[in-house]
Amino acid sequence: MTEILNTISILIIPTLISIILIFGMIKKVDCYANFTEGAKEGFNIAVRIIPYLVAIMTAVAMLRASGAIEWLANALCSPLEALQIPADSLILMITRSLSGSATLGIFSDIVNTSGVDSYAAKLSAVIVGSSETTFYVLAVYFGSIGIKKMRHAVLTGILADLIGIIAAIFICRAVFL
Amino acid sequence: MNYIWIFLILISFIFGLINGTMQEVVSALLTSMKQAVTIAFSLIGIMAFWLGIMNIAKNSGLIEAFSKFIAPVVRFIFKDFKKDDPAISSIALNFTANALGLANAATPFGIKAMEEMQKNNEDKERATNGMCTFLAMNTAGFQLVPTSVLAILTASGAKNPTEIILPAIMVTTIAFISAIIISKIFERVFR
Repeated sequence: MTEILNTISILIIPTLISIILIFGMIKKVDCYANFTEGAKEGFNIAVRIIPYLVAIMTAVAMLRASGAIEWLANALCSPLEALQIPADSLILMITRSLSGSATLGIFSDIVNTSGVDSYAAKLSAVIVGSSETTFYVLAVYFGSIGIKKMRHAVLTGILADLIGIIAAIFICRAVFL
Repeated sequence: MNYIWIFLILISFIFGLINGTMQEVVSALLTSMKQAVTIAFSLIGIMAFWLGIMNIAKNSGLIEAFSKFIAPVVRFIFKDFKKDDPAISSIALNFTANALGLANAATPFGIKAMEEMQKNNEDKERATNGMCTFLAMNTAGFQLVPTSVLAILTASGAKNPTEIILPAIMVTTIAFISAIIISKIFERVFR
């Protein structure tokens, strides 16, 4: 199963590129010229999102360093005891929407300390594998076109993350415990 | 976002004072500034490549053909789109790339979609309903193949790494559908 999935995910990108190039060739499009023409924009977009990335990444990095996330996880730990959430997974849940690299770091830690086949690792894997870094996505996508009034997008993202976490807790409890 | 941002920063300082972690907070500030730029720069190559490939697909008519095929599905969620809206194919490509766990390719497609939607936006600083729904789809992070998690589990020698896929798909589907519904409800509230 793992092998099949690996093969598929390795083959997707070459297949996609081949289809586009062969179709372009059939339609007699100058692929090389069109590629470089389109690629020019890449630099501008990346530069345009820098202010937004700096804003969100500094705030999140400081929050992580301050220990506020651990404090919140500790505070939530006893009221949520009945749900049997491992403490490390709780920290991961709070970090998930804020920072992608930090989340993967915490996930690797959980795998190393609790064991790869532990409940904590499985629950964390499901959470990481079913969600996105909400604040990063908001910063990059809105930043790329200069939107400043995000309206309900932030609240929607946070609420959907919360629903995902609750779903993960109950589904994992049913499947793995 | 304004208040959340202020809140995140002030909370960090308050906890820094209470926990005596102010030193770490300040050094995190200094390193993350650089890190943000590093990430943006690493996006240049990814963006350039996929935008280039997209441009070939656009000018060969492939995107148009794909759009026609996928438009009914996209327009089911984005009700105010016209039949041949150029954002349709970008949204579909972004969704497909996300679903397959190709985060690298998903971002350029997504930004393309945002640019297309921005063209019809009257107030260029304010998000449209369509943009908010599209962001809801992306922040929910629908994926069928959680590539990075599987890689870590496999590398660490998990007995059966693929057993997390089905629960993850169930969770991601629930979150994804909720995100779209919440966004549709909120667009009436936050006018």
